[in-house]
Amino acid sequence: MIPELGHFALALAVALAFAQGVIGIFAPGLRDARAMRAAPALALSHFLAISAAFLALIYAGVVSDFTVENVADFSSSQVPLIYRISGTWGNHDGSMVLWCFILSLCGATVAAFGHNLPASLRARVLGVLGLVSGGFLLFTLSVSDPFTRLWPPPLDGAGVNPILQDPGLAFHPPVLYTGYVGFSVAFAFAIAALIEGRIDAAWGRWVRPWALLSWCFLTSGIALGSWWSYYTLGWGGYWFWDPVENAALLPWLTGTALLHCAIVVEKREALKAWTVLLAIATFSLSLSGTFLVRSGILNSVHSFAAAPDQGLFILALLAVTIGGSLLLFAFRAPILAANGVYAPLSRESALVLNNIFLCSIAAVVFTGTLYPPFANLLFGIQLSVGAPFFNQTVLPLTAPLIIAMAVGPLLPWKRAALAPALQRLWLSAGVALVVFLCMTADRHVIAALGLGGGAWVVVSALVDLSERLRLFRVPLRSSLAHLAVLPRAAIGAAMGHIGFGVTVLGIAGMTLATQKVIVLQPGQSTQLGGYTWTLDGLHNAPGPNYEQHIADVTVSEGGHAFLTLHPSRRFFTAQKVVTNDAAIHTNGFQDIYAVFADEPAGGGAELRLNRHPMAPEIWFGGLIMALGGGISLSDRRLRVGAPSRARKTGPAPAQAAAE
Amino acid sequence: MSPLRRRLLFGAPLAVAAAGGAGFYTILRRMQDNKYDPHALPSPLIGKRPPAFTLPGAAGFQGFSNTDLLAPPKPMLVNWFASWCVPCLQEAGMLSVLARTGTTIWGINFEDTGPNLATYLAQNGNPYARIAADASGLTAINWGVYGVPETYVIDKTGIVRWRYAGALTLDVVKSTLDPMLKHYA
Repeated sequence: MIPELGHFALALAVALAFAQGVIGIFAPGLRDARAMRAAPALALSHFLAISAAFLALIYAGVVSDFTVENVADFSSSQVPLIYRISGTWGNHDGSMVLWCFILSLCGATVAAFGHNLPASLRARVLGVLGLVSGGFLLFTLSVSDPFTRLWPPPLDGAGVNPILQDPGLAFHPPVLYTGYVGFSVAFAFAIAALIEGRIDAAWGRWVRPWALLSWCFLTSGIALGSWWSYYTLGWGGYWFWDPVENAALLPWLTGTALLHCAIVVEKREALKAWTVLLAIATFSLSLSGTFLVRSGILNSVHSFAAAPDQGLFILALLAVTIGGSLLLFAFRAPILAANGVYAPLSRESALVLNNIFLCSIAAVVFTGTLYPPFANLLFGIQLSVGAPFFNQTVLPLTAPLIIAMAVGPLLPWKRAALAPALQRLWLSAGVALVVFLCMTADRHVIAALGLGGGAWVVVSALVDLSERLRLFRVPLRSSLAHLAVLPRAAIGAAMGHIGFGVTVLGIAGMTLATQKVIVLQPGQSTQLGGYTWTLDGLHNAPGPNYEQHIADVTVSEGGHAFLTLHPSRRFFTAQKVVTNDAAIHTNGFQDIYAVFADEPAGGGAELRLNRHPMAPEIWFGGLIMALGGGISLSDRRLRVGAPSRARKTGPAPAQAAAE
Repeated sequence: MSPLRRRLLFGAPLAVAAAGGAGFYTILRRMQDNKYDPHALPSPLIGKRPPAFTLPGAAGFQGFSNTDLLAPPKPMLVNWFASWCVPCLQEAGMLSVLARTGTTIWGINFEDTGPNLATYLAQNGNPYARIAADASGLTAINWGVYGVPETYVIDKTGIVRWRYAGALTLDVVKSTLDPMLKHYA
C-alpha cells in the first residue's frame, strides 16, 4: 500500500512540476499577477509530493518490503538500519528520486524565502526549475520506476553491495547531489535573466549565495568520495581520473569560476554574459556528468549503468535543457551590456585570469574524458586516456593558478598597482622558497614544487588576513575587534584559499608516499619508511552480516612500538564477496596505512603497507574550503541582500540592525 | 568586434553542445546495435607487432627489445607485472604452472626497483625466461597497458593475438588461453 502511495505521489509531482514550469514561465509575459503568485505555491506542493514519494521509498527499505523490486535487489533483512536507508539511493532508480527530491527542495526554498525577489523574476526562476524537475521526474516515473513490485517476493533481499556498506558512502551521494543540483538555482536565475534581458548587481547578489552553497556541498561531496575511495578500496589512492570523478570535478571547476565572477557582477556590473554562460555551463556539466555516466557511454568503475533506451531518454532531456538554454543564450546574451570599466591590472582582471585558468583546466579534463569515445566514433581508433595524461596536462595549468591566486586578493578594484601587492608577498615567497629548496635537496622536484606552491598560497592568505586585522601592529585586543567587523566574505575567501593551499600540500606530500606488498608469517617483520612493521598474529571475529579475519600489525620506530593496526578481510556471506578493510592511523600530518590483502596458501598474511606523509591534508583542505564557503555565506551583505537568509538564521535581522 | 562576429561568438557554446549531443546520440545508437562496447578494454596492439622499445634486464635477467619478439619458435606470453601489485601475486601461481608446462613467458617489470623485484621472485617463484624493466612506465603507455598485471599472446610471426587485463585464473587459461596457444602453435 505504502509503495503505491509513493508511486502516486511521484505521478502527482510530475503534474505539479510541469504546471509550475508552464505557469512560472508564461505568467510574467501575460502580466497575470495571480498566476505569478501560483508558482511558489505549486513549487511547495511539488516539493511535498516528492517528499512523500521519497519517504515511501525509505519506508519500504526500512521495513524490508521485498515485494518492492528495488528493495529486494539492493537490501536484505540483515543489513543494519542506516544502510537500509542509504541503500534506497545506492542504486540507479532510488538515486533518481533523491536527485529530484533535492531539486524540488531547492525550488521550495526559492519559493518560501524569495519574497524580496521581483514577482516576475521569482515566477520565471521557479518556472525553469519546474520544467527541469518535471523532465527528470517523468524519466523516473516512466523508465526507472523505483516502486516496481515483485511477485512472488524473495525470502530475503540480495543485500547492499558490501563496498557501499560504509558510513562515508551513506552520506556521499546526498551531499554530492546537493552540490550538483544546487547549481540548478544559479542556472534558473541565469535563464530567467536571459528571458528578462536584464542583469544587475542585485541579480549577482541573489545568485552568489546559491552558487556558494552548492559549491560548499560539491566540495564536501568530492572530498567525501575521495576519502571513501582512499580508505575503502585499500590501495592507498585518492583520485583516479575516473570518468565519474571527472564528472564531479568539471562542475566544481566551472562552479569555482562562477563563484568568483559573480562577485564581479555584484560589485562592478561587468562580465555579465560570461557569468550567465558559466551558470549554464556549470549546471549543464552537473547534468551531463550525472547522467551520461549512467547511460553507460563512458567506461567507468562506478557501476550505475542503465539500459540504452534510458540513455536516449536522458539524452533527449539533456538536449532540451542544455540546448534550449544555450539557444536562449545565443540570442539574448548579446544584449547584456557591461557597465563597469576596469584597468588591465585590477581585481577584476585578476578574477578574469582566475576564470581563464579554471576554465582551461576544465577544458582539458573535458577533452581527456570524452576523447576516447569520440576518437572511436570519428576515427575508429581504440584508446584509453588515463592518469598519465591528466597529471601531465593539469599540473602545468594549476601552477600559474596557484601563483596568481595569492596575488589576486591583494589587488584593489578598478585599477591597481603591482608593487604594493608584491611587497606584501615577500614573506610567502620566502617561505615557499625555503620549502622548495629543502625538498629539492632530496631531489623530489614535483613534491618540492607542490609543497612550495601550497605554502605560498596558505602563507599569503594568512598574511592578507593579518594585514586586514593589523595583527602585530596594534594590540591584540584591537586586532580582535577588527576581526569582529571584518566582512565575513573576506574571512571566508581567505579560508577558501587556505583550504585549497592545504589540499595542494596534501597532494604534493602524497607523492612522497612509500609502500610495499609483502607476505608475513606471524612474528615476522619488515622495514618500510623508517618503521619496523611486525605481524603479531591473526584472529577471527564476527560482524553484523559478515565474518572477518583480522591481522594485528605492530609498528615500531627504533625498537619502540607505538601503534598496533588491525586491518581485516570481511567475508560477506550473502553476496559471497570479500572486502579489505584498511586500518589507517593518522596523526594529522601522516597516515600509516595497512591492508590485509590476502591469505596465501602457505599461511600468514599478505599485507599492503603504506606510509603517506601529508595525506590527511588533502581532505582537511577540502573541509576548510567548505567551511570558508559557509562563513562567506553568513556575510552581512548576503543576509541583507537576500532577507531570505536572515529569516532562516533567526537572530540575524537584529544583528544586522545592530551593525 | 563586429555585430556578426559577436553573434557567432555567443552561438559557439550552442554549436559545441550540439556537436557533442549528436556524437552521443550516435554512440548510444551503436551501443543499442551492439556495435560499440564502452566497457571492453580493446588493445590497440591486437593484429599488430608491439611498438619499438628496448628495455634493460632486471634482477640479473636478460632484457629484450621489440626485435626479440619478431619470430618466437612457438607462441609465447609477455606478462606485465610489478612487485607492488596484489593481483600479480595472485597470478604468480598460475604463471608458474604455465611455465612448468612449457609455455615461454617473458616478463616486463613495471615501475619497480631491483631489490623489490628480487625479493618478489624469491618469495613467489620465477616463471619468466627473461625480465625487462620498464622503470619509467613509458613503454607501458606505448603498449596501451591499462594496469598490471596484463598478459599478451604473441604468435610465431611476432603479432599480438590476445591481451588479458587482470590476474590470469584457471578458468581463463582453460577457456581462452590454452586454445589460443594451440591455435597459433
